[in-house]
Amino acid sequence: MKIRTFSIGGIHADENKLTHDVATKVAALPKQAIFPLSQHIGAPAKPVVQKGDKVKVGTLIAEAGGFVSAPIFSSVSGTVFKIDTAIDATGYRKPVIIINVEGDEWEESIDRSDKLENVENHPELTPEEIVSRIKDAGVVGMGGACFPTFIKLTPPPTAKAECVIINAVECEPYITADFRLMMEHADEILVGLELLMMAAKVTTGYIGIEINKPAAIELLTKKCAEKFNGSAYTVEVVPLKQRYPQGGEKQLVDAVIHRQVPAPPAIPVNVGAIVQNVGTAFAVYEAVMKHKPLFERYTTVTGKRLENPGNFLVRMGTPMQDLIDACGGMPEGDNKLLAGGPMMGKALTSTEVPICKGTNSVTILSDDEARRKEPEPCIRCAKCVLVCPMGLEPYLLAKLSEVKNWERCEREDIVNCIECGSCQFTCPAYRPLLDNIRLGKSTVMGIIRSRAAKK
Amino acid sequence: MGKLIVSLSPHVHGRQSVERNMYGVIIALMPAMLATFYFFGLGSVIVTATSVAACCFFEWAICKYILKKKENTLLDGSAVITGLLLAFNLPSNLPIWIILIGALFAIGVAKMSFGGLGHNIFNPALVGRAALLVAFPAQMTTWPKIGQWDTYLDAETGATPLSIINWAIRNGDATILEQLPSSFDLFIGNHSGGAGAMGEICALALLFGLAFMLYEKIITWHIPVSILGTVFVFSGLLHLASPIYPDPLSVLLTGGLMLGAIFMATDYVTSPMTPRGQLIYGVCIGFLTILIRNWGAYPEGMSFAILIMNAFTPLINNYVKPKRFGEVAK
Repeated sequence: MKIRTFSIGGIHADENKLTHDVATKVAALPKQAIFPLSQHIGAPAKPVVQKGDKVKVGTLIAEAGGFVSAPIFSSVSGTVFKIDTAIDATGYRKPVIIINVEGDEWEESIDRSDKLENVENHPELTPEEIVSRIKDAGVVGMGGACFPTFIKLTPPPTAKAECVIINAVECEPYITADFRLMMEHADEILVGLELLMMAAKVTTGYIGIEINKPAAIELLTKKCAEKFNGSAYTVEVVPLKQRYPQGGEKQLVDAVIHRQVPAPPAIPVNVGAIVQNVGTAFAVYEAVMKHKPLFERYTTVTGKRLENPGNFLVRMGTPMQDLIDACGGMPEGDNKLLAGGPMMGKALTSTEVPICKGTNSVTILSDDEARRKEPEPCIRCAKCVLVCPMGLEPYLLAKLSEVKNWERCEREDIVNCIECGSCQFTCPAYRPLLDNIRLGKSTVMGIIRSRAAKK
Repeated sequence: MGKLIVSLSPHVHGRQSVERNMYGVIIALMPAMLATFYFFGLGSVIVTATSVAACCFFEWAICKYILKKKENTLLDGSAVITGLLLAFNLPSNLPIWIILIGALFAIGVAKMSFGGLGHNIFNPALVGRAALLVAFPAQMTTWPKIGQWDTYLDAETGATPLSIINWAIRNGDATILEQLPSSFDLFIGNHSGGAGAMGEICALALLFGLAFMLYEKIITWHIPVSILGTVFVFSGLLHLASPIYPDPLSVLLTGGLMLGAIFMATDYVTSPMTPRGQLIYGVCIGFLTILIRNWGAYPEGMSFAILIMNAFTPLINNYVKPKRFGEVAK
C-alpha cells in the first residue's frame, strides 16, 4: 500500500523524540496553581470564584465568556489566593486565577475509577447530550490551537460532516505526549472517537499516525478491529509518511482523504472532515463518560541537555519550573524555553508560566541549537517555494511585507499562510521569512476585518 | 541560571546554507573539469586556473574596495562557480589577457554592479562569454582539437560538430552531416576535429554532475529536463521534415547544450522561482536554442537563449504562480 501524505511541500526535521520510550509519570501537585482566563481561542473566561473561596479538583472557577469560549475548572483543591495578572505564554501579563493548593480533594461527580466505560451502557447519550457535556467540561483542541471542541462538532448549516479524523500525527520534533497517550490509553481514545462520531452524526472515522510510531499504529489497528468490526462504524488507522507539517489540520485532511480545504474562511468541515487531536478524543471520553472536566493533560518535558526528559500527566496551572525541576532542573547557560515544539512553539520569558490546555510540550533548546544565524541576501534558490505546504511564495511574501505592500500581500494570498515555518527552516540564506510574513499576514487580516466592518 | 532567549518560531534550522549549495555545485562540476583536463591538457588547465583566480580576485577586490562590505562574499563559493563556468565556455587556447577581461565582465559588470550574489539579472559567466564573443570573435571561435596534452596558445584547431551542422543547413546539403562524429563519441567527448568550448566536451561527465545535484537536492529536474526535452522534440521534428537537420541525439550531444541545460540555466539567481515557471523557462530556452542554431548567424545558440530567458525571469515570476493549496479551478 502506498503510504499517504499531503500533496504540496513539507520538510523533514530531525525527530529528536527523546522521550519516545519514557512511560508517563504523574506530575507532583504544585504548591500554587495559576489559571490564565484565556487558554483557548475566543473570548476569555469570566471568573465565578472570589478570593478566599474553597475549591475542589474539578470545581468550575471561570465560565465561558462568549459563544467562542470555554469554561475553566480547578485542577487542585484549596483556596483561591487571588485574582490577578501573571505572565502567560504570550509574554504579556494576563488575568489569572491563583489557587493555593491544600490536599487533593475531588468533586464527587467525577468518576475516578479506571474502569472502561462503553457507549453501549449509556443509552442516554444522544448527539446533543454528548456535545453539551463536551461544552460544559471546557474541552478544547489539545493539539495547541485550543479551539473549543463543541463548535467544531456543530458545523454551520452550509457544511455537512462526513467523517471524523483523529490527529495522531505528532509531526513536531521532540514531542511524544500524544504517542504515550495512545500507548497507555488506546481504549479510551477509541471510545472518545466513537463519541465524536456520534456527536457529528457520522459513521466514518480515521486515525492518522506518522510511520515513525509503528507501535501506536499496530496497537490502534488491532484495537480498532476488535472494537469496530461488525459495528455501525468504519474506522481506519491511516499510516502517514513522516513529513512536517502533516499535523496541520488542512494537511492532515489532504493526506487522509485527499481533499483540499479551500482558502480561509473555509474550514475542514467544508470538505466533510472534522479533525480532532488524539488528546482531545481522550478528553472527550473523560468528559462524557467520567464526568471529568478538562483540568489535566499529557505533556512532554524535553530537551537534549535535560537530565531526565519525560512525559507527564500534569494538572493544569502547574508552573513549568516544577516540571523542569522534576526532570533534573534547567540546564546551565542560556536556554530557549518553548511551550510546544521547536517548529511552532512559543518562546517563553519566564519559567513560571503555567501548563495550559494547549501545552503539549515544554521544550528546552540550548542557545547553540536555537540561535539564528546572520541573514544573508536571498539567492533565489526557490527552496522556500518548494517546501511551502500552502503553495505560497514565501520569498515574495516576506519581501512584500518588508516593503509594506499590503495590497499585493493580500493578492498573493498571504492570509493562507499557516505559519508552519517550513520556509524559514529551509532557507539557505537564514532569512527571517516567517517573521516578515507574520507581520504582513496580521496587518492584512486587520485590513480585511476593518473592510468587512465598514460594509 | 542563564538567560531565557526569546524569538519567534521556528526555533531550529535545517542546516541548509548558501555555501553548502554552492560547494555542491562545485563538486558537481568536478567530473566535467577532469574530463576537460583529460581531453585538452595544459591549455585547459591554464584557462581554468586563470578564470577561477581572476573571478575570485575581482569578487574579493570589488567587495572590499568598492562595495566596502563588512563580510567578504568570496568564501560563499559563487565566484568559483562563475570562474569554472566561464572557463568551460572558452576555447582552451585563449590568451590570459582575454580571459581576464571576460572575468571582469562576468564578476564586475554582470554580478557585482547589480549588488552581488542574489541581485544579478543575467548569468555572470554567460555575460562574460557573450562579451568576449562580441569583442574577440576570431579568438572565441577557433577551437582546438582534443588530445594535445602539452600545447596552449599554439594548439591545432579544427571545425567543431556545430559548425559542420551549420554548414549542412546553410548549404542544404545533408551529406555534409556524414562528417559528424558518432553519437557515442560525442557522448564521451572523444572525437577528432575541433571540439568546441572546454566544458562542453564530455556529456557523460556533465550528466554525472546533474545526477549529483539532483540527489543532493541542489536543483530540481524541471529546468534541465524541459530544455533537453524541448530540444529533442523540436530538432526531431525538423530532422523528420528534412535530412539537412541532424538527428536529435546529435543535437543534444553537441555544443553547449548539456552544459547550459545542467549548469547555466539552473543558476538559482537568474531562473524562475516556481516549478511551473521553470518549465516555461526551460521550454523557451530549448526552443530559442534551436532557432538560433539553425537560422541565426552563430552556430551555437545556447548561451544567447539562456541570456534572453534570464531577462524574462522577472516577468515569469510575476505571472506564473504555484498552485495554491485548496485552489478552486476558476
